[in-house]
Amino acid sequence: MNSVMEFFRTTGGLLGLFMETLYWCKSAISNSDKVFAQLYIIGNQTLPVGALIALFSGGVLALQAGPTLAQFGLEENVGGLVGLSLVKEIGPIMASILIAGRVGSAMTAELASMSVYEEIDALKTMDINPIRYLVMPRFIATVIALPVLVIYMDVIGWFGGALVSVVNPEIHLSFDVYYRNLSELVDFTAVMNGLIKSMFFGIIISIVCCYVGLKTKGGPREIGYSVTKAVVMSFVLVLVSDYYITRILLFLNLD
Amino acid sequence: MERKIQEQNTNNNLSGTMSSTQHNGSGRVLLDYLKCAAVGVSIENIQRSFGDNYVLRGVTLDIEPRETVVILGKSGSGKSVLLRHIIGLECPDSGHIFVAGEDINDPDFKRNHVLAMVFQSSALFNSLTVAENVALYLREHKIFADESRMNEIVSSALEIVGLKGRGDDMPSQISGGMKRRVAAARALVMNPDIILFDEPTAGLDPMMTRTMGDLIRGLNDKVEITQIVVTHDIDLAFYVADRIAILSEGRILEVGTPDQIKSSTNSSVIDFIKPQFE
Repeated sequence: MNSVMEFFRTTGGLLGLFMETLYWCKSAISNSDKVFAQLYIIGNQTLPVGALIALFSGGVLALQAGPTLAQFGLEENVGGLVGLSLVKEIGPIMASILIAGRVGSAMTAELASMSVYEEIDALKTMDINPIRYLVMPRFIATVIALPVLVIYMDVIGWFGGALVSVVNPEIHLSFDVYYRNLSELVDFTAVMNGLIKSMFFGIIISIVCCYVGLKTKGGPREIGYSVTKAVVMSFVLVLVSDYYITRILLFLNLD
Repeated sequence: MERKIQEQNTNNNLSGTMSSTQHNGSGRVLLDYLKCAAVGVSIENIQRSFGDNYVLRGVTLDIEPRETVVILGKSGSGKSVLLRHIIGLECPDSGHIFVAGEDINDPDFKRNHVLAMVFQSSALFNSLTVAENVALYLREHKIFADESRMNEIVSSALEIVGLKGRGDDMPSQISGGMKRRVAAARALVMNPDIILFDEPTAGLDPMMTRTMGDLIRGLNDKVEITQIVVTHDIDLAFYVADRIAILSEGRILEVGTPDQIKSSTNSSVIDFIKPQFE
């Protein structure tokens, strides 16, 4: 019974925080310095690691699919396969997991620490809305940064796939063939598909991580629990929502 | 609170430049800036429990405008919880709190007075410098159109709390006592009508305790601001208080001037304060 109550309380809390954050987006321009500060933090924390992950993910996709396709004489399709996989699924999911793990965990830890050490209360006593001051900039920065990170990782992933396709003797494709096939199959709709997903994932990660952080009570141990809880919750919600967003995009003929 | 902020915006935008030339580089800048309304607080039969733990069991207390009331009690007696109710961070299960005659828990209540609080943990923002922490309220509410006037007020507040020239330090670079004084400076620049101190001397050495006591007394003498101080430090209580309220197990045992409390015949009060005067 307690778990059911907790589920509804958390769901209501997340929706409430999302709605209130949307409301405070009206003051995004006057708080643009805070948004840019968050964008800088996200970029700083994710771009180098994102490049590494994307390079090897693209490479491993080509490595797995290339030799099998080559057995049937279909190796020229490796570019399209790597390109589409990255753009539609692997790119958004990888970027989301990276953002949740590196940025989301830091958000939760920071806000949880602020809750525990009365800094959120201090904001309230100064009549400064914590949602406007703390959550809204993180929300907007994540929703902007995630699609940008997805495009960045897609491009590097394509390059990783191309590198393996050219170097691996079992595939042995030229750059030209790889990119011709990739550009034939990866169209604007496919790219938009990944970007729409990543925007939703950005909403989920920022709201979940901020919510868990703000609700933290107790001491340093609870801050650790909250970080773990926020990251796991973000992963689960991203993967579950991925299925439903894909269903909706298919229904709207955008997939 | 919104109304007062709007008034501050208007007044400061009009007079900012003139004032800055008159009082340049002195603690007086802040004292001239502070214009505290005479605001009293009336607490009526406040009850609050957390689960089975009854923390406040019908607290009633009147705090007159411009007086310093110390709520004195042992750890766990409900002092800090009472303070959080007064500033509106907690809602009581029953009872009322009136600030300047208005019930703060009334859904239609619109706060027209600024209440500032100095937290026990100081609650400074670690990502901001000392000066940025002090300026936070002024910056977020755009109290000053003129940045130099704001910096002048912040410098003045830091000077008053004895931290002149430490504005560029990060909170991690200063001691616990200094943090507490930065929190006091942050509360002062809000130009509050009432200022609340939660255990202002907890964990401080005797010298720093005296400094905090002097600060609270100085505010009472120079600015005549209404102050509510929660503490278990008996020395501090008798040093700064106009009146002392003894809180024990969620109830007010006795309220009176320091002399009245010293000569109290209530055995619980005697037990609490006696060791200090033996």
